[in-house]
Amino acid sequence: MALDPIKQVSGRAVPVPGSDIDTDRIIPARFMKCVTFDGLGEYLFFDARHEEDGTPKEHPLNDERFQGASIFVSGVNFGCGSSREHAPQALYRAGFRAVIAESFAEIFFGNCATLGIPCVTGTSEDIAALSQALDADPGLDVTVDVEKARVFYGDQQFPVHIPETAQDALVSGRWDPIGELLENSDKVDACLARHGLA
Amino acid sequence: MGKSLYEKVWESHAAAQLSNGQTQLLIDTHLIHEVTSPQAFGMLRDLGLKVRHPERTFATVDHIVPTDQFEEPFSDPLADAMIKELRKNAQEFGITYFDLKSGKQGIVHVVGPEQGITQPGTTIACGDSHTATHGAFGAIAFGIGTTQVRDVLASQSMAMSKLKVRRITVSGDLGPGVYAKDVILHIIAQLGAKGGIGYAYEFGGDVFDRFTMEERMTVCNMTIEGGARCGYVNPDETTFAYLKGKPYCPQGDDWDNAVAAWKAVASDADCHYDDVVEIRAEDIAPSVTWGVSPDQGVPISGHIPRVEDASTPAEKVSIQEALDYMKLEPGAPIKGTPIDVAFVGSCTNGRLSDFREVARYLKGHHVAEGVKAIAVPGSQVVAALCEKEGLDEIFREAGFEWRGAGCSMCLAMNPDKLIGDQLCASSSNRNFKGRQGSPIGRTILMSPVMVAAAAVRGSVSDAREVFEVGTPAAV
Repeated sequence: MALDPIKQVSGRAVPVPGSDIDTDRIIPARFMKCVTFDGLGEYLFFDARHEEDGTPKEHPLNDERFQGASIFVSGVNFGCGSSREHAPQALYRAGFRAVIAESFAEIFFGNCATLGIPCVTGTSEDIAALSQALDADPGLDVTVDVEKARVFYGDQQFPVHIPETAQDALVSGRWDPIGELLENSDKVDACLARHGLA
Repeated sequence: MGKSLYEKVWESHAAAQLSNGQTQLLIDTHLIHEVTSPQAFGMLRDLGLKVRHPERTFATVDHIVPTDQFEEPFSDPLADAMIKELRKNAQEFGITYFDLKSGKQGIVHVVGPEQGITQPGTTIACGDSHTATHGAFGAIAFGIGTTQVRDVLASQSMAMSKLKVRRITVSGDLGPGVYAKDVILHIIAQLGAKGGIGYAYEFGGDVFDRFTMEERMTVCNMTIEGGARCGYVNPDETTFAYLKGKPYCPQGDDWDNAVAAWKAVASDADCHYDDVVEIRAEDIAPSVTWGVSPDQGVPISGHIPRVEDASTPAEKVSIQEALDYMKLEPGAPIKGTPIDVAFVGSCTNGRLSDFREVARYLKGHHVAEGVKAIAVPGSQVVAALCEKEGLDEIFREAGFEWRGAGCSMCLAMNPDKLIGDQLCASSSNRNFKGRQGSPIGRTILMSPVMVAAAAVRGSVSDAREVFEVGTPAAV
C-alpha cells in the first residue's frame, strides 16, 4: 500500500516525564467503550489531567506553553501494559506524530509502527537535556529525523535508536503492512496447510 | 545445537520475508473480543476485505459484560452497542462466537484453553496483552493492537520481528501458602516491569514441571507485566492430559499424531538461550504489590519502601509517585494495610482451581465488616463447575458476592468498579493508577488465597496466619 514516507517529524514537543507510563494511564479503560477510534484525542491522559470532579490539574498536557505540540517526550518503558491501540490512536488524534522515550513497551511500539508514528529511544541524559531545553523554551522547534536516527533542537542534536525494520518501513512509506501481507496470501495458506489447519 | 520451542515455532510459521526485513508470521489461532475488534472490522469494510480464514478466529465477550445482569439490553447503552457489534461482525464474517447464551462465554484467555482451542506449537494472537496466558501450553501467544487484528483477520498473518529467548528456571520446593501467582510476582519484582522487553520468556524447572496447567497459565498470563510479550512452558504429559477430550482438540488417531508433534516442538536439551535466570523456589514468599507498577512488590513480611531506599534518581521519583498515589506510609509493614474491596477473578486467577483453593480455606470464615468482596468466575464453564461443587455457596456464606463470568474488576469496563480511593486486594494482574475503575482507586495484587485472607481480616494479611495454609489439599 503506497503511503507517504515518514522521513522526519518536526514541530514543538512536550516532555511528560515518568517511568512505566502504562496504556491505562494514556487512555483509561472507560473511554474504550466505543466501536470507532474517533474522538479519543480528548481523553488522552484524562485522569492524569483532571481532578475527580473534572477540573483540570497540573500536567504538561494542560500547560498552555505546550499546546500544539506534536512530539511526545517521556521516560522508560513507555506504553507498557494493555495492548489497546486506543493509546497510540489517542496520541495521534491529539496531534502527536512522534514519540521520543528512553524505552518502549513492545506492543505499544508495534502499534505505533503500524500507524506510522515513529518511536525513537534516546539516553536518559539526552532526553533530560531536551526536556530542560523545552522547559526553558517551549516554542523550541524539534525534529525527529527517522532516516538519520537523530533528534535536532536549537543548536543541539543527539543520536536515537529505532529498529531498522521500523525505520525502513517508515522512510519507504510501507509502514502499513496490509498490502504486502495480502500479496503473500498463498504462502500463508500453504503454511497453514502444512500445519493441518486449512 | 538444538532449538528452543520459540525458534521451532517461529521457523515453522514464517510464511514470508517482508521488504522491511520483518517476518510475515502465520497466526494459527486468532481470538477476538468486543473491545479491540470492532474498529478492525470497520477497517476491513473500508478496504473491501473479507476474513480470509474465519474458521481460525474465535470470538467471545468478556471486558464489558456486567457480572450481575445476564439479559440484554445491558443497562449501559455503550456496552450494549459493543456486544451487538461483535455479534453482528461474527455473523457477517462467519466466525465462531461464544455468546452469552452459549454456556461457553467467558474471559477469552480462560475460554481458549478450556475449549481446547489453545494447542501446543501454535501461534496465537489476540487484541489483548494477556494472550501470553496461552503460552502455558507451549504456544507462542501474544497480544496485538487493533490494526494488527485487521491484518490477522484479512491475511491470517502479521508482520513480526523475532524475539530473543530468556530461560527462567525455578527449582526447589515452594513453601506452604506460596502459589503460582507469587512465583510470577517474584519474577517481575526481580527482573523489573521492563526487564523482558525484546524477550520471550521460557519458564521451566521442577516447580513448573510439577505445576498444573492452571498454575502455568497464571504465570504465563503475567509475563507481559514483566515486559515480555510472550512466555511459555514446554508441553509435557500434564499439558496433554489437560487437553485430551477438550471440544476443539483432535480425536482418535489424530490425537496421537498431534501429541507426537507437540512433543517434538518442546525445546531441545542442548538449545541456546539468549539469557538464563535461575530462581530458588525457597526464596519466593507470598507476595503483594505496594505501588502502581507490578514490579513494585514485596514479600508479605516486607515493608513499604522509603524514597531513600531508591538506588537511582529515576527510582526515587517512581517510589515517591507510587507512595503519593497509594497513600501508604513509607517504611511501614505492608501487612495490616486496611482494604475496602476484595476481588477474586480475572484471566490470571479466575479458574476452577483458584476458587477451589480459596473455598477450601474460606469455609467457616466471614468477610470482615465494611469489606465488599466479589468472586467472578473466568468463564461460564468455570462458574458451572464451581457451582456443581457447591463452591458458590461457600463464597456466599463467607460474605462474598458470587457473580457471572467476565473480566469484571480487573479493568472495570463493566459496572464493577472501585469508588473513590478504595483499596482493593485483588487477584488480578495490574495495579496501575485508575486500573480498577476509579481514577484514584488503589490496587494491591496478590494470590487468591491472600485476597481471601485480606477479606476476612479487613487488611492485607499473611494467609498462612489467617488460615491453616499448607495442609494437604482435600481430594
